[in-house]
Amino acid sequence: MMISLEARSEPSRLMAWASPLLAAAATLVAGFVLFSLLGKNPVDAFFVFFIEPVATRYGIGELLLKSSPLMLCALGLAIGYRANVWNIGAEGQLTIGAICGGGLALWLPQLNGALLLPLMIAAGAAGGIAWAAIPAWLRTRFNANEILTSLMLVYIAVLALSYLVQEPWRDPEGFNFPQSSLFGDNAMLPLLLPGTRLNVGFLLAVAVIAAGWLFTARTLAGFRMRVAGLAPRAASYAGISTGRTVWIGMLVGGATAGIAGVGEVAGPIGQLLPSISPGYGFAAIIVAFVGRLHPLGIALASLLMSLLYLGGEAAQIGLELPSAVTRLFQGMLLFFLLATDVFIGYRLRFRRNPGPAAAAAESLAR
Amino acid sequence: MIDHAITLFALTLAAGTVLVFAALGELVTEKAGVLNLGVEGMMLVGAVGAFIVADDTGHNWLGVLAGTLAGGAVSLIFAVLTLSLMANQVAAGLALSLFGIGLSAFVGLTHVGHVVDPIAPLAVPVLSGLPVVGRLLFGHSPFVYLSLVLFALVQWFLFGTRAGLILRAIGESPQSAHAIGHKVIAVRYAAVAFGGACAGLSGAYMALAYAPMWTEGMTAGRGWIALALVVFANWKPSRVLAGAYLFGAVTLVQFQAQAMGVAVPSQFLAMLPYVATIVVLALISRDATAIRLNAPASLGRPFHADT
Amino acid sequence: MDAAPVPRLQLSGITKRFPAVVANDGIDLTVMPGEIHAVLGENGAGKSTLVKIVYGVVRPDAGTIRWNGEVLVVDSPAKARALGIGMVFQQFSLFETLTVAENIALALDKSRVGRELDTRIRETSTRYGLALDPRRHIHTLSVGERQRVEIVRCLLQTPELLIMDEPTSVLTPAAIGTLFGTLRRLADEGCSILYISHKLDEIRTLCDRATVLRAGRVTGNCDPRRQSSADLARMMIGHDLPHPQHRAAAARGDGLLEVRNLSLAAEDPFGTDLRGIDLRVGGGEIVGIAGISGNGQKELIAALAGERLIDAADAIVVNGIPAGQLDAAARRALGLCYVPEERDGHGAVPEMSLEENALLTAYGQQLVTRWGLIRQRAVGAFAQATIARFDVRTAGPGAAARSLSGGNLQKFIVGREVLQGPRVMIAAQPTWGVDIGASAEIRQALIDLRDAGVAVLLVSEELEELFEVCDKVAVMTQGRLSPVRAIRETDAEELGLLMGGSFVTSGQPPSFATRDPP
Repeated sequence: MMISLEARSEPSRLMAWASPLLAAAATLVAGFVLFSLLGKNPVDAFFVFFIEPVATRYGIGELLLKSSPLMLCALGLAIGYRANVWNIGAEGQLTIGAICGGGLALWLPQLNGALLLPLMIAAGAAGGIAWAAIPAWLRTRFNANEILTSLMLVYIAVLALSYLVQEPWRDPEGFNFPQSSLFGDNAMLPLLLPGTRLNVGFLLAVAVIAAGWLFTARTLAGFRMRVAGLAPRAASYAGISTGRTVWIGMLVGGATAGIAGVGEVAGPIGQLLPSISPGYGFAAIIVAFVGRLHPLGIALASLLMSLLYLGGEAAQIGLELPSAVTRLFQGMLLFFLLATDVFIGYRLRFRRNPGPAAAAAESLAR
Repeated sequence: MIDHAITLFALTLAAGTVLVFAALGELVTEKAGVLNLGVEGMMLVGAVGAFIVADDTGHNWLGVLAGTLAGGAVSLIFAVLTLSLMANQVAAGLALSLFGIGLSAFVGLTHVGHVVDPIAPLAVPVLSGLPVVGRLLFGHSPFVYLSLVLFALVQWFLFGTRAGLILRAIGESPQSAHAIGHKVIAVRYAAVAFGGACAGLSGAYMALAYAPMWTEGMTAGRGWIALALVVFANWKPSRVLAGAYLFGAVTLVQFQAQAMGVAVPSQFLAMLPYVATIVVLALISRDATAIRLNAPASLGRPFHADT
Repeated sequence: MDAAPVPRLQLSGITKRFPAVVANDGIDLTVMPGEIHAVLGENGAGKSTLVKIVYGVVRPDAGTIRWNGEVLVVDSPAKARALGIGMVFQQFSLFETLTVAENIALALDKSRVGRELDTRIRETSTRYGLALDPRRHIHTLSVGERQRVEIVRCLLQTPELLIMDEPTSVLTPAAIGTLFGTLRRLADEGCSILYISHKLDEIRTLCDRATVLRAGRVTGNCDPRRQSSADLARMMIGHDLPHPQHRAAAARGDGLLEVRNLSLAAEDPFGTDLRGIDLRVGGGEIVGIAGISGNGQKELIAALAGERLIDAADAIVVNGIPAGQLDAAARRALGLCYVPEERDGHGAVPEMSLEENALLTAYGQQLVTRWGLIRQRAVGAFAQATIARFDVRTAGPGAAARSLSGGNLQKFIVGREVLQGPRVMIAAQPTWGVDIGASAEIRQALIDLRDAGVAVLLVSEELEELFEVCDKVAVMTQGRLSPVRAIRETDAEELGLLMGGSFVTSGQPPSFATRDPP
């Protein structure tokens, strides 16, 4: 019995849709198994992890709240990935965005919110863009691999933030903890849903998703980015410059990540801390893939990823599971997706392997 | 003065050895044409595996073996995805890193804070006692010597054996190798597993000798630096060695500066290895010709035997 | 006692099906010892699949293989080599960064690189007139020399059957002569040769017998020396070769492409530098550039099309405007259109639809609004017009480019460029890998352009094509371009001489040593 993969003559449309759903389902099943192995009642654990967190109004608010930075980062990353620009440093760009936006808030505590907040968002975007410009420049000027450079910059950004909240920006009334002063109300994003922590950042994220769709599907520039990712030689034939593709791919990712960073510190966190993100920048990479690099898919995948975060937090309290369980699920989800994605381009073939006698008889008969 | 210099030298070797294991393993993998970005994850899995086994059984070298096998085992997930299921190598490697970081944190929780008797540097009778030469040549951790042996093995294998020639050919052009009749997929599986085992060994070294302890994410990006190192070395084992020790020296600057009371905040000193990596990547990647002649031409591209 | 000689190779009823097509349908073929046997057919006839079956790369769905009288299954190239079958592929299986000796060692089972192998390589290669230095790296060798490596690799295993797949497409006429000499020597020593080609003249010169394939079936089996080219062509394509309609030199259009002393270092370390290229293509004429691939054509086209920018802005002048610093999009805006050598991944994006591929270069045809938004309906209309005008067989403008056959996709690409109304058109190997019917249509399209006053530059490896279509021709060799001559004033032999590097016309032209017809 031989199992082999046979290339399809045309990629399967059905599987392109079904693959992320299958991967999500497989992750849930794996979760079920994991809970059993850990000695918890799987049904209870499943409930605590996946259902309870979104069973209340507050829970829904949290779900949407956590999905905002994921949507923002993932959309920016996806535009780059489609063009074969592999920005892995969203976490760093998010951090720098938070530093810039948060820094502005600390610097202008008296400024009217209607003026301050847009400035903070702009500052965050600018910071993210600047941080992403470094790997873009290194790639276009020195041909340095952007995966590694953008990643190194994550570590540098996090260290920079740690320094800032420990020394120059430390809250003088903060009992010597490494943290900045709390932001004033004028620097906080207005709430959207009473009784929850959901703020207008969510609307901004949705708007960015819509803009991303418009860009990719309906503009010549977006079309050219896609060509650059699918066939670089055809891109140069059509007059699409690689350099411009790299810059756009990296800077868009930096901008959205920077905005996401401001969204966090001007939202649920309310100040600058040594750690302002539970790995949103990395989770967004997974969201981008699971969402098929498509804005609508990214929106849905953000919700799923957000649920995984909430579940992890709930499991810490309700099931006494470590917080690392979230990261485990994230990794598993991507693995399953990569596996199910195979069937878009290939199908399984089961072939009976005849014994040598049968084969000889077959050929003699001709 | 000389004593101090020898101490620095020894520390440089010790720090660089972490990278030597991981980078040599990844070099073999890449020479076969496979780009495995999961080094960070595999190192952590190796570290936690080694620490747990050593802690629970009391036998350190058993822990090292466990760590090595764990790294190799988890690399096979990546191998199946990319070699048999044609998945994108970049995405699968990232997934492996994220998964490895999460899995190791999860599994290692119960052992955080535990203390293990570390594997001590060598103490060769008579030889280690010799003035100057003794500490210079014979006083290092067994892992340092192991890493040099690994270097010799890899160098000999790749450039002195038929099997190594086949592996290099597969990395250069898997289609041609397949047309001639070589088993591309099988060789790549072996290369990936070897890379994973080396990464696991590197993690085991950190957990049981270098650090020695277990904490979540303790490799702090060394897996990524190892990847950069392979590029920096232009896929030559001897340059991997040189580059690894160079980075070892850079990490040392951090501690030296603190010891000397330099008035630079610790975070900036901690940034040095990452900044150095970026600079090195920029400098080395400029020369497109050198890269074309040394980088495996098929690196990162999936191979499907079309019949 | 007269025993009938046992055939070296006998194929009976070989059939192979792929998802989209039946590549081989009940093929019978017999090769005697010491015979040079041609497998003749146009692109897509099934020749490559057939020999891959013989060499064990592909397994047939039905049929038997008899080797020296014995029925057996060839299930891998290693098994084929063990039997004594060697194959030189059209696309070489060579490793550029390794040496000649290493490349050969890889193909010989259980062979070690070393002095013994070096000696064997030197001896064998010299013996058959294909001298090689085992220590050289492949990337330093010319294409002809690389083919030698492939052949010597086979010869070191003393084959009883040598399969050659389209070997002369990469050789100068002089090198072809050398190759034929080698093959005859081998045949005289008893080695059988299976020679795949679509070049009728060569087959009539070299081969003892020919099996003709069309659409996967055998349509003829003959002695090619007794047949005319026309007869063979009829067996190959089922009807007479179409001849394009060629009016006399037409009205002068205003398109103009000038190249002035262009020198350019190759970007690819394995590429060819351009040296002092001078060229002028005026409106209403087709200028051809002949030459074997690998002599700088790629670099020249990339510079002309704008895929590579050059420092001297006026080394390339399009319609009177210095264009050296303009990228491909800017040159397109000047009225320069271009059909690249490769369809998949260069001329078209395989995964995208024909509509999207139309947008790839034709965006200037009112397909995009001022703000950069795509006009979906206009794009669809343009694609549909291309499909209709150029007889592209496809499910529709929404079909993916990779679902089209080579010939149809090439027609779409050519049509897309033509419908942009260019004043200058560059076509690189436009009929490579395309079936005869589509080739004729494409050549006609180029002639129609010329008749409408467009300046056309045609780069082609096929001398036949150049003689059919061009008004003037020059030869590219080792990065240099010969002076341009009118096509009526030259012939294949002279061009062959030029391809070998001498820019002098005189003396005895080289000719292939022919076997006397009985």
